[in-house]
Amino acid sequence: MPIDWFPLWLSLRVALVSTVAALGAGLWIAHVLANREFRGKAAVDAAVTLPLVLPPTVLGYYLLVLLGHRSPLGKLWEKIFGSPLVFTWKAAVVAALLYSLPLLVKSSRAALESVDRSCERAARTLGASEWKLFWRVTLPLARRSILAATALAFARSLGEFGATLMIAGNIPGQTQTMAVAIYDAQESGNSTLALTLVLVISAIALAILTLAARLENR
Amino acid sequence: MIQARIRKTFPPRKDSSGFLLDVDFNAAAGVTVLFGPSGAGKTMLLDSIAGFVRPDQGRILLDDAILFDGAAHVHLSPQARNCGYVFQSYALFPHMTLRENLAFAAERRPRLERHRRVNEMLERFRLTEAAGRRPHELSGGQRQRCSIARALIGGPQLLLLDEPAQGLDAPLRAEFYETLRQVRADFQTPVLLVTHDLDECFELGDEMIVLREGRIVQSGTPRQILDTPANLDVARLLGAFNLLPGEIRTLDPGRNSSRVKLGEFEIDGPYFPGRLRGDRVTICVRPEQLTALARNGRPGPNQIPATLERAVEKPQSVRLEFAGGISVDLPRPEFERLRETREWVVQLPAASLRAL
Repeated sequence: MPIDWFPLWLSLRVALVSTVAALGAGLWIAHVLANREFRGKAAVDAAVTLPLVLPPTVLGYYLLVLLGHRSPLGKLWEKIFGSPLVFTWKAAVVAALLYSLPLLVKSSRAALESVDRSCERAARTLGASEWKLFWRVTLPLARRSILAATALAFARSLGEFGATLMIAGNIPGQTQTMAVAIYDAQESGNSTLALTLVLVISAIALAILTLAARLENR
Repeated sequence: MIQARIRKTFPPRKDSSGFLLDVDFNAAAGVTVLFGPSGAGKTMLLDSIAGFVRPDQGRILLDDAILFDGAAHVHLSPQARNCGYVFQSYALFPHMTLRENLAFAAERRPRLERHRRVNEMLERFRLTEAAGRRPHELSGGQRQRCSIARALIGGPQLLLLDEPAQGLDAPLRAEFYETLRQVRADFQTPVLLVTHDLDECFELGDEMIVLREGRIVQSGTPRQILDTPANLDVARLLGAFNLLPGEIRTLDPGRNSSRVKLGEFEIDGPYFPGRLRGDRVTICVRPEQLTALARNGRPGPNQIPATLERAVEKPQSVRLEFAGGISVDLPRPEFERLRETREWVVQLPAASLRAL
């Protein structure tokens, strides 16, 4: 029986898009958490970390309530893009995003905070704008840890299961990602397919983590 | 010309008692040294001028620009202040070559000028050879010169240095003094330098400001301050004096003389203006102003018998430490001649004594 590789490509695509989005948002949040003092900072920090500790079903439930057909956000999405968000691959991106964001924010914040403050102060006395300072001093100095965190977030997104199942569903050829396809194959007794997919995704994850470790240690 | 009159209060916390920085000073061209012990507020003062610390009230003027004005709510960002800052750790960007470090700082200059300006600074600070290397590949001296060149390349109106020679070995320290003297000669930029090293004040300082617990206790040229410390606090901070408790017995303004009781002995001193008979004072005199002799019968005028506790070798002289806290610096040959001496007297020249 030929193996349907669609779930692999879908998972890679979902992981890529969500990781890029999480990198952008995560860097911004990490920068704010690392540099600004404001009320509710601890609350923001906790909220970003929440997905790491909540059961995936709880997260899926929240997402359905927040983005479903009848929610204001869901309606707005439908108005703009002409089709609902839930039960599409884009919904899987949202689910994966929620899991990669905390990983990126935590590591990036630590990385940004570990940059020598006197280098940043020096850049300021040399007339560098905050923007120039961030892109040319802080970020390059923190880039190894951030790249490693990005790889980790990518690997995590690749394996997202629970929340994805709830919000994107299990539509073969449309929203069936690797993790979901493995569950599906095992449930329907197709253990050869399940084993193949398990081995493939394990190999990819292992490769990415090795890369991340090398990035950080170099 | 920098003029600063600032106050900043740090309320007491669980882990620290409160602190008040309250200073008012001007510094013109040349090198002004901010001298004081750790915790005197020197770096905080520097950071207030650079814009990293916001004072509660007061005013900071650099030439005719207002950097800070508490009443008018002016507090310029560090970027807008045009103050070069040399950090204790040098704070070179580790991911850039030496040339890139300078180019980064030159970006506030007009585009056409930058390249020439970078080359000029590399040349002037003897860094051309090393221009392509990263900070971790440089020697300590190169790093230090790069840090100063980087701070100067944008043409700052003021150069701030935070304990730049702290932790350097002697040759590097000498090299740094040489570099800074060259900067003083080549650039018109006024320099504010933080240190707690008295030798450094003399090596570099045109003017000296003594800070203690957030306040200025004395200012003047280093020589003036060493010759006439304003009070006991300054004398203790400078750490270069014998400080002996005494009591004034007689005062004679007409003959510019006095008699002072030191322990069980009475010696001659100069007239002490503003003092009264019977005042308990601290007699302040530098170890090199005293001499020590072998005792020969009765001690002569202004000689005190003393018991030698230790002789400490110094590069140029030998410091003799006597019981009762009197130290005397003797030139080496002089000490060699007296090496076998058992009983000593210390000679206190009347004119060198000061009462604090």
